[in-house]
Amino acid sequence: MALRELKVCLLGDTGVGKSSIVWRFVEDSFDPNINPTIGASFMTKTVQHQNELHKFLIWDTAGQERFRALAPMYYRGSAAAIIVYDITKEDSFQTLKNWVKELRQHGPPNIVVAIAGNKCDISDAREVPEKDAKDYADSIHAIFVETSAKNAININEVFIEISKRIPVADAVAETPGRGFKLGRQASESRRMCC
Amino acid sequence: MNEEYDVIVLGTGLTECILSGIMSVKGKKVLHMDRNPYYGAESASITPLEDLYKRFNLPGNPPESMGKGRDWNVDLVPKFLMANGQLVRMLLITQVTRYLDFKVIEGSYVYKGGKIFKVPSTETEALSSSLMGIFEKRRFRNFLIFVANFDENDPKTLEGIDPHKTSMRSIFQKFKLGQDVIDFTGHSLALYRTDDYLDLPCNEAINRIKLYSESLARYGKSPYLYPLYGLGELPQGFARLSAIYGGTYMLNKPIEEIIVENGKVVGVKSEGEIARCKQLICDPSYFKDRTKKIGQVIRVICVLSHPIQNTGDINSCQIIIPQNQVSRKHDIYVCMISFAHNVAAQGKYIAIASTTVETDNPEKEIKPALDLLEPIDQKFVSISDLLVPTDSGTDSQIFLSRSYDATTHFETTCDDIKNIYQRMTGTEFDFTEMERKQQDIFGDAAE
Repeated sequence: MALRELKVCLLGDTGVGKSSIVWRFVEDSFDPNINPTIGASFMTKTVQHQNELHKFLIWDTAGQERFRALAPMYYRGSAAAIIVYDITKEDSFQTLKNWVKELRQHGPPNIVVAIAGNKCDISDAREVPEKDAKDYADSIHAIFVETSAKNAININEVFIEISKRIPVADAVAETPGRGFKLGRQASESRRMCC
Repeated sequence: MNEEYDVIVLGTGLTECILSGIMSVKGKKVLHMDRNPYYGAESASITPLEDLYKRFNLPGNPPESMGKGRDWNVDLVPKFLMANGQLVRMLLITQVTRYLDFKVIEGSYVYKGGKIFKVPSTETEALSSSLMGIFEKRRFRNFLIFVANFDENDPKTLEGIDPHKTSMRSIFQKFKLGQDVIDFTGHSLALYRTDDYLDLPCNEAINRIKLYSESLARYGKSPYLYPLYGLGELPQGFARLSAIYGGTYMLNKPIEEIIVENGKVVGVKSEGEIARCKQLICDPSYFKDRTKKIGQVIRVICVLSHPIQNTGDINSCQIIIPQNQVSRKHDIYVCMISFAHNVAAQGKYIAIASTTVETDNPEKEIKPALDLLEPIDQKFVSISDLLVPTDSGTDSQIFLSRSYDATTHFETTCDDIKNIYQRMTGTEFDFTEMERKQQDIFGDAAE
């Protein structure tokens, strides 16, 4: 079965639950006291989609979103972006639009965008109506789901939807300059070299 | 921002970002700021192309023939990575290499008598190269075997020479190498920019040749590597490392004052707020009063629509113009990369010529390099001061980095990083200091 590596980057304000969503997806666990993102540099999970294996390489912000200091490297080569807001914080939905703008500016042109309204387990404190968010997502042709990393609601679904929207492999133009990763063994790197 | 940090770092150049990463990994609380809205400071890759035109005060926008502005990532300082050098070692130990993709530079060339020749990258190439006569080749081969076996701690390999006393000139004499081969070895393999090394102890020169051949052995073609999307990816990668270990990042922050009390740094003022710190790292542009000028470098960024002539149409290369070929004291370098590295629009090449300034007409000095590149679609000329700190910073706890020099790789940058580390901590730099202290790779990539 063909294996495809798909880079996914997370965007959204500090505290909306970006890391919790990844944590739930990758390790199927939840920590209410998760640190403001430090420590997780690289998270991966492989899922099957039709006759392909999709290996998601998930990049977390490492806190660099806090003062809007995400580097262009962060967006580079992403197949998809998940932009997260907190349904109990109107502010976090308003700034979502800035993240979309930022992504349009720095991200690859054909990136798949998913919008996740997180913390849907505490809808008593809801500030963002589901319909508003859905309408906005539709207007930018983005995937939309409300999620709860805490109660494991719709987390896998986000990634399933992303898999569906990723263009089929042979339709994707190969990027002109494919490089290789440095390894400790030269021979290993040479094998991967184009 | 109104907080207390162990270390504040100003400027997101490569040196600063690597030090920031090391300090964060060591558990220090780091605040890293840059006055510019982009990462990389002097070691940035400028994107889009429109910004490069603005930076060099060129009127109007790039012409349509330049393609999409966003396809460009133009380095301000031309350098390559030695495949077996210190920067690669730092990338591997920190695993920052996960964020980057590389390509091998396709060839290295040397200028002789108005023409360019390929620097032989294999023994077969060396034996068929027109750079040397047949007897010379045999003697050169013996010399290379001596260098390969050379270990300063193993007297058996030294053939009676003293690595710390015998001059490199005597080593060349010992192997009866002629002037051409000496020039070639000193400038294209040991990568010396002047001939001063000839009368210094041979240890350093021999180790430089070893670095060259070991780097070459790793991937073939050339000893150099280049990251896709430009050198500006390197500082970004180390900044991410620092952030993962808790470093705070702020761009576009005007730095109003570095606050010093009783001769010691206590904080930094930006936009009316003060962040306090015990130690400060910055590039020379943030504290010019504590720097002195030791020279100038001219760099000419040239956009081409063709590969360089007589290089077999490869999409990346280095050309060295040895000083004595053009009656100078310092070599001229050309580094060429292209659309194949995601730094230029389709079909475009970027060649950057650089050298140490010797006269008051630097553009004339660099002309021999530009002549090799014609026709040039667009030139961007810069003349930068080489600044170094006036003191070690151990009293003030303000540690300044050096400007990026005219060398063609990052070895001197790494030396500067190690040196600053030693000044900051009082202990000698050890690469293992950079090793990640916690497991931070999760999912099925975590082995």
